[in-house]
Amino acid sequence: MKIIKSILAATVVAAGMSTAANAEVRLGLDSSNYEPFYSRSADGNWTGWEIEIGDALCAAMQEDCVWVPIAWDGIIPALTAKKIDAILGSMSITEERKKTINFSDKYYNTPAALIAPKGLSIESIDDLKGKKIGVQVSSTHSNYVEKYLSDGTDVKIYQDFNDHNQDLFAGRVDAVVADSLALAPFLESAEGSCCEIKLQLNDEEVFGIGVGAGIRKEDTDLLAKFNAAIAQIRADGTYDEISKKYFNFDIYGGSN
Amino acid sequence: MVWDWLPEYLPKFVDGLWVTLQLFSLSIFFGFLLAIPIGLVQVTGPKWLGHIARGYCTLFRGTPLLIQLWLLYYGLGSVFPYYPGLRESFIWPILVEAFPYAVVAFSLSVAAYEGHVMKGAFQSVPKGELQAGRAFGMSNFTLLRRVWLPRALQNVLPTLAGEAVLTLKSVPLASTITIFGVYGVGSIVRQETYRVYEPLLFVGFIYICLTGLIVVLFRWLENRVPSESQL
Repeated sequence: MKIIKSILAATVVAAGMSTAANAEVRLGLDSSNYEPFYSRSADGNWTGWEIEIGDALCAAMQEDCVWVPIAWDGIIPALTAKKIDAILGSMSITEERKKTINFSDKYYNTPAALIAPKGLSIESIDDLKGKKIGVQVSSTHSNYVEKYLSDGTDVKIYQDFNDHNQDLFAGRVDAVVADSLALAPFLESAEGSCCEIKLQLNDEEVFGIGVGAGIRKEDTDLLAKFNAAIAQIRADGTYDEISKKYFNFDIYGGSN
Repeated sequence: MVWDWLPEYLPKFVDGLWVTLQLFSLSIFFGFLLAIPIGLVQVTGPKWLGHIARGYCTLFRGTPLLIQLWLLYYGLGSVFPYYPGLRESFIWPILVEAFPYAVVAFSLSVAAYEGHVMKGAFQSVPKGELQAGRAFGMSNFTLLRRVWLPRALQNVLPTLAGEAVLTLKSVPLASTITIFGVYGVGSIVRQETYRVYEPLLFVGFIYICLTGLIVVLFRWLENRVPSESQL
């Protein structure tokens, strides 16, 4: 309880300070760590991919920004109550949330990946005919496999994410479809060194649009600024430069 | 109660039922075949074989079936990559499938439980009947086939029915190694429709029907074997 209170107090102080400054754009993010996107380092500063992207966006918009940590379940109310001006905390764009707030264009969408043993040659999903594919039960990934790969492949459904990785290592499945980010630690492990990312899978209908900046409905100017800034850092290479430090795959997901 | 998902998933449930029934009947079949010698050697000897059989029963009845299943499936699986030749061998297509592992694990478990039952069953047949059989000049095998085994089974059929029902209800464990029986399909429905009660109740309903079927089947078997009073 004490911790929550002190976070709340810090939030109020931070919000109060930035209201006084007023010219600043206050970027809200979850007060708990979400690595590698954002986390608080030992000296109290926020670091991570999303922090660097956010700072780059602010530089592109020529605005001064301040990061405001807020408990996740109160982050949309904090936005509508004008305690913050934008949510930049890995918030997925959903129809439900769109009823309350606006979203900028997506700035990332962790792609799904198909991983397979290094020796296997897979150029496209057509090369998977006759192969065994492991997915986790009732995930967006199993929906993808059902949509595109149910013909001519043997789909094995696992209860647990780690189990299909185990069976990929054992050779019982030829490929696994899962989230790139979630797969990264496995691919770096000794067992996962058998395998590599063969395909990056994108389908907005199955996997969702991605993550955008949450902005108040009435702040259409700010929304336009964010969209322009996202386009700018995508175009001038800032986005890729930052992303390369954190991910060995295309975090933006998709080509648009 | 909302049941509108049922028509959509019914074909999957039919597939699942087939998987459940296959796993159940194969395990009971192989398990029982193993149970007979396991029970018998504990009564007839040789002593060292009896000790092994007893140790086997203790080990398999004393550890969770889920752990046996995982040790067999994931345990063996984790060893495969260290034998590269295995992937080219004729046995690989079988090693890749999950179903054979489930049948082996379930059969070994059934053998342990029913082996223990059969030991008691063999012991309970009066010595006089066996001696009578020998007096007729029956060989050991004929004696077992004609007298000892039928008489032993007669005594324990109700117990075996109970064991069979327990085995049936262990089948959902196989969903952890990608074998989606009735329970597995139920869990897919649960996670796709966000309904909790209806799919679980439906799965429960299917299981109670199957249990009823097993009970009826064993009762029919019991009636075919003449009891003491009918002799």
